[in-house]
Amino acid sequence: MGMFSPGFRHRAPETDVALPPGQHLIEDFPVLSAGPTPQVSLDQWQLEITTESGQTHQWSWEELLALPQETPTVDIHCVTSWSKLNTSWRGVSLDTLLEGIETAADYALVDSYGGYTTNLPLEDLLGGQAWVVHQFEGEDLTPEHGGPARLLVPHLYFWKSAKWVRGIHLLLQDEPGFWETAGYHDYGDPWREQRYQGD
Amino acid sequence: MARAAVPGRLAGRLSWQSARLVEHRDETPTARTLVLEVLDWPGHLAGQHVDIRLTADDGYQAVRSYSLAAASDHHRIEVTVQRVPDGEVSPYLVDVFSLGDTVEVRGPLGGWFVWRPTERAPVLLVAGGAGIVPLMAMVRARSAAGSRVPFRLTYSVRTPQEGYYEEELHRLQHGETGVDVTYIFTRSTPKGFARPPGRIGIRDLETPNRSPDGQPICFVCGPTGFVELVAGTLVTMGYDPGRVKTERFGPSGG
Repeated sequence: MGMFSPGFRHRAPETDVALPPGQHLIEDFPVLSAGPTPQVSLDQWQLEITTESGQTHQWSWEELLALPQETPTVDIHCVTSWSKLNTSWRGVSLDTLLEGIETAADYALVDSYGGYTTNLPLEDLLGGQAWVVHQFEGEDLTPEHGGPARLLVPHLYFWKSAKWVRGIHLLLQDEPGFWETAGYHDYGDPWREQRYQGD
Repeated sequence: MARAAVPGRLAGRLSWQSARLVEHRDETPTARTLVLEVLDWPGHLAGQHVDIRLTADDGYQAVRSYSLAAASDHHRIEVTVQRVPDGEVSPYLVDVFSLGDTVEVRGPLGGWFVWRPTERAPVLLVAGGAGIVPLMAMVRARSAAGSRVPFRLTYSVRTPQEGYYEEELHRLQHGETGVDVTYIFTRSTPKGFARPPGRIGIRDLETPNRSPDGQPICFVCGPTGFVELVAGTLVTMGYDPGRVKTERFGPSGG
């Protein structure tokens, strides 16, 4: 493309891990969110999955912790171009939560305490690809990083991993969420660099 | 939360465009405003960002997102870049990038943390450090549009030497502009400044002309700890959480 910046050089940490296009490695963990951090007390916390027919399935905090726990170690990729490798989490697989729920839905709209929403195909929540997590690096998840519990869908840009997750609506039709309505990509695959609509 | 679509943004792919440096201004010893000429810039709203891409002579590329510092002005856009020690992109943009040089840009981006001159609600802006940049774009957009909506800006910086846009804010502070500018210094204050140095607190936000009455819209921008503190305090004071918009940045913007 023939446009160079004379004197500009690669100074990011070298890595032998391939990163998605346009991403750079970081060591800290930036916080990005659109509004105040919701304060959710554990005795009021609830996770609810609603099917397209209106059936609901709920878990209290104790019920979530009583489910089989997994400890995924994954790389995460933020649309603002940072990537963080080998992050470790603890939580419940969406396969576990969705087991036995009858649905013909192809899509999911996730909503959060505080009003945030994000959408993704239901199949991206299945097959060991997504979790509701409540610990990060062995510690309880802090509110600014989405505690008490957030969604973790590391194969998509990190805005899909909704903080302060409250509910998952299973839908027959795709319904764009908060950033997806504001010009960001509907699917958000970092390896195809799907940052914005039209990418 | 309200949905925010951006005119002219949603159709079609955003493409990279050449941007030429036509002017620069040092804001502090470590921060510089860059005025870039972008021939096909589609316009933007105050609060939006632009991605800047640099290419090394071996083909290596790096992209960073910067808040636009001024209202939309035809082919010209402005960003203010803070040099991040050991950063990859910001030292280049602050120290090396010279008049006439080009980079690539893509934008505008973001449709939530924006202020439109057609809005009528009073506005509370709370900036920490370099978080002033998108809020200054809103102040400038207000002036450019001749809007008379009351603006209240509370700007927290460590020392008097570290404030951006000093002369312009001074003029706003001392003119009949409808923009109230209040500084908070966290480490050291100018001579004769009444408030002792210290971090922002409820007393700084609970002043006679700053109140949740009148349904103001709030924009809070700064480092994570600052934004957490301010946004949490505003909600405690009775501000509607759905009208407190935040933008946070950490040290990894480099």
